[in-house]
Amino acid sequence: MTSKIKSFDELKSVQERLKAGRDPKKPCITICVGTGCLAYGTRKLVDNFREELAKRDLTGKIDFRTSGCHGFCERGPMVVISPEKIFYQRVGLADAGEIIDKTVLNGEIIDRLLYVDPQTGEKYVHEDDVPFYKKQTRLVFGQNSKVDPESMDDYLAIGGYSALGKALTGMKPEEIIQEVIKANLRGRGGGGFPAGLKWDETRKAKGEPKYVICNADEGDPGAYMDRSLLEGNPHLVLEGMIIGAYAIGSSQGYIYVRNEYPLAVKNIHIAMRQAREAGLLGENILGSGFNFDLKINRGGGAFVCGESSALFASLEGRAGEPRAKYIHATHKGLYDKPTNLNNVETWGNVPFIIEKGADWYAGIGTEGSKGTKIFSLVGKINNTGLVEVPMGTTLRKIVFEIGGGIPGGKKFKAIQTGGPSGGCIPEAHIDLPVDFDELTKIGSMMGSGGMIVMDENNCMVDVAKYFTNFLVNESCGKCVPCREGIRRMRDILVDIADGKGREGDVELLQKMAQGIIDGALCALGNSAPNPVMSTIRYFRDEYEAHIKEKRCPAGVCRALITYSIDPEKCTGCTLCAKVCPTKAAGGVKKKAHTIDPAKCTKCGACRESCKFDSIIVR
Amino acid sequence: MVNLTIDNRKIEAEAGRTILEVARENGIVIPTLCTHESLEPTGSCRLCVVEAKQGKRTRIVTSCLYPVAEGLTVDTKSERVMNVRRLVLQLLLARCPESAQLKEMAAEMGVGAEPRFTPDKDNVKCILCRMCVRTCEKVVGVSAIGFSYRGTEKKVCTPFQEESATCIGCGACAYICPTGHIEMETTKTGDSRTIWGRTFKMATCTVCGRYFAPEDQLKYISRTADVPLENLAVCISCR
Amino acid sequence: MEEKVIEIVQRYSGDKSYLVPILQDVQREFNYLPKDALFSVSAHLSVPISRVYEVVTFYKAFSLKPKGRNQLSLCMGTACHVRGAELIARNVEDFLGIKEGDTTADLEYSFETVGCLGACALGPVLVVNGEYHGHMNIAKSTKILKKLGKKVATDDEQD
Repeated sequence: MTSKIKSFDELKSVQERLKAGRDPKKPCITICVGTGCLAYGTRKLVDNFREELAKRDLTGKIDFRTSGCHGFCERGPMVVISPEKIFYQRVGLADAGEIIDKTVLNGEIIDRLLYVDPQTGEKYVHEDDVPFYKKQTRLVFGQNSKVDPESMDDYLAIGGYSALGKALTGMKPEEIIQEVIKANLRGRGGGGFPAGLKWDETRKAKGEPKYVICNADEGDPGAYMDRSLLEGNPHLVLEGMIIGAYAIGSSQGYIYVRNEYPLAVKNIHIAMRQAREAGLLGENILGSGFNFDLKINRGGGAFVCGESSALFASLEGRAGEPRAKYIHATHKGLYDKPTNLNNVETWGNVPFIIEKGADWYAGIGTEGSKGTKIFSLVGKINNTGLVEVPMGTTLRKIVFEIGGGIPGGKKFKAIQTGGPSGGCIPEAHIDLPVDFDELTKIGSMMGSGGMIVMDENNCMVDVAKYFTNFLVNESCGKCVPCREGIRRMRDILVDIADGKGREGDVELLQKMAQGIIDGALCALGNSAPNPVMSTIRYFRDEYEAHIKEKRCPAGVCRALITYSIDPEKCTGCTLCAKVCPTKAAGGVKKKAHTIDPAKCTKCGACRESCKFDSIIVR
Repeated sequence: MVNLTIDNRKIEAEAGRTILEVARENGIVIPTLCTHESLEPTGSCRLCVVEAKQGKRTRIVTSCLYPVAEGLTVDTKSERVMNVRRLVLQLLLARCPESAQLKEMAAEMGVGAEPRFTPDKDNVKCILCRMCVRTCEKVVGVSAIGFSYRGTEKKVCTPFQEESATCIGCGACAYICPTGHIEMETTKTGDSRTIWGRTFKMATCTVCGRYFAPEDQLKYISRTADVPLENLAVCISCR
Repeated sequence: MEEKVIEIVQRYSGDKSYLVPILQDVQREFNYLPKDALFSVSAHLSVPISRVYEVVTFYKAFSLKPKGRNQLSLCMGTACHVRGAELIARNVEDFLGIKEGDTTADLEYSFETVGCLGACALGPVLVVNGEYHGHMNIAKSTKILKKLGKKVATDDEQD
């Protein structure tokens, strides 16, 4: 694609031509090369496939596509064979030749590569039947497996940029804004503010130029849906931004992306270059007379830069310190100009709303939260991955039906949502329909969509300590309640975990939390006490056990536990003695071993290595 | 002009001014640690928070930044406000146990140290109010000092914590520091002063012969204001 | 060094708002941010050195010290944390004799912990010289460190 597309009609004919050139019956091997799968070494598998295809003189005769993240990260490397959509998971790096010979050429299924449901033991051949996929509504994320992120042709072939064509040629900016308002698209970055209203404010604000920004500074630990969308389907995000810019009246945009996401940076760069060459970005887009261009800015590694005013500071070349926002960014944002900031997933929803209409979109979800939401389901869960469901889906469905429950037969304890500013939700609320308002009601929040599942072996004081410590490290240090307050809360939590907690600590934490919520300058500080507040609310007995009985019920807090060996279970295999770095574990071969508490550093190496579950931690 | 209420008093004020400015003009005391009339407010100390009600919405706002508006109702001493102020003071007392100013302010407000907070030993008296850094950048215009690191590690220093080549030894930072954290030492004879680890030679007044300003500062003024250096050779008292 | 910095600054047309990306490029060039390079950035971008220093120390991606030849980063995202990443961090620290964020005196190893890498299915994740090692545990991390050629303390004593 090098010539510029000069009109919507021309775009349609390009799409048709690309579609016609693709035979839906032609075999196609698709491999997920999202960051998760690449971490399994998938790059090598891709090379092997190319080599094996070439060896058999099949290059070009069989389509071969690398795609962005499919979401089922637990089961990578993943290969899908079209047109039947046969789904192979945990594919070995040397399996390429066998897959080509047996499945692609002869339609034979390789049994060992099929997915087996860990709960029911049922085996699945086709991707669409796998419960993990079947029970989702993959509206925004579904295209990821259909496109090679480096190929604009792939995106155009599935009808990409139609929404932009429709918006630029058939809709006035005000109409687009009304459509987004009617769809009630709420910001996916955490705040849940209606995107249409924000666009409207920015459009009406005085001042030039106006900026649109894509917030891809996804900092919540345990959340990676924005990265997967940006690196897997960059054109979708671009299309949403260009439509937004046209509606708002902006000619300059930025994508602020986390430095830890090199693949996303690379793919969005490629997509921007392609879009410029095709006349979809830059001057006179699709011959409409509308000009808009984008710049990419890599973040410097600071969680606080996800906060809008800190993000602006970073874009302006300063340290990411937030400002108090009594004048909205829609009026005074980047360089004090009207600025509209939305996150990756929000922009990714826009083309669907324009293409299919607000009424269709508003038919998905709940009264107050429309559309779908992508969650990253991680932690103590069988099917770690990205899950897209309609707003209002219950936690139970997400965790047990899609997520496949808790590994190792352990008991579900809590699910943490909303990142470091969110809260822990106990089992009592497992039937909660998940949307913006319901999560807030029970003391957590949507955040960007991280869901971290915890089981009986996770200590809630430890979890509160973890998040609070994260925020201590990420506080910018500008205001007193956040800089000084959160670290004092952390110190108290450390004391409690170390068995040095005192009567009254819980009450003091609660009092401090209120002061920090009211007193901190920005959203990071205002919400920093949430993990502590929510764990106290739902798991106060665990705090009490640490403080009063000097006991960690989950067996996590090191100062409160001891390691020993169950002589009934120990077979004297000597493995613990081999891995123990301090020679605390030991004994006679084939006889029950023991641990010398004086030498034991509670590093956990013995428990991790024991094949007989004989290490007792209390 | 807008009409608002602060602590049950009806007040008329110019639109665009902050709650803090209007309150102070009307004799209502709101404590602050990071404001100064010659500097733009930053809202970092959080002592000046007040409870503001606009329409049905009540929230805690920063009075040094929040503009007054028609119909605004402000409570400068509500329980929520006092809870924030108490916490801020207790946190600062624990950070800077040596600061006499903080102790005095806390005593005035009836706030005692929180025994659960172990006092710090290493911050001396710096509360990170940012006034020195802002003065150096905006008033003096040399940006010799700045912040470094973030969060609990944040501190004010010269780049690389070494002698700064851009510092002119004017001492404005030490002058504005509310807790006396920034030290400036002058020799007995007054022929030199030391600040931020660098020693500055002082110039003498050509009339009275007394040391009155660092040579670097006079050179800086001469350069930026385009005034010949010899025109700056007389101290204020002799001018 | 000066010429390289000028080249990088020109890449961004000397635009001050690109201070963060410029510093990222300078760091990629030299593997860390040498003091002289920062003074050059300050001069050629007309940004006070105090501001440059503030930005460099604020963002975690920047380092004022040279990094080790072997770079180890351990993901400390929530998913990795609930699966025991902290125990692995302690093991690596004990093995190398440095704290997180530091480099060994012989400049062989740097060890840092990072926020979520988004490879949660593989958690805990240890990244060794850019290569991801998933489902990490204490024994596996020890094996990797030994393989990297780090001589254990007892070997040194025998020298």
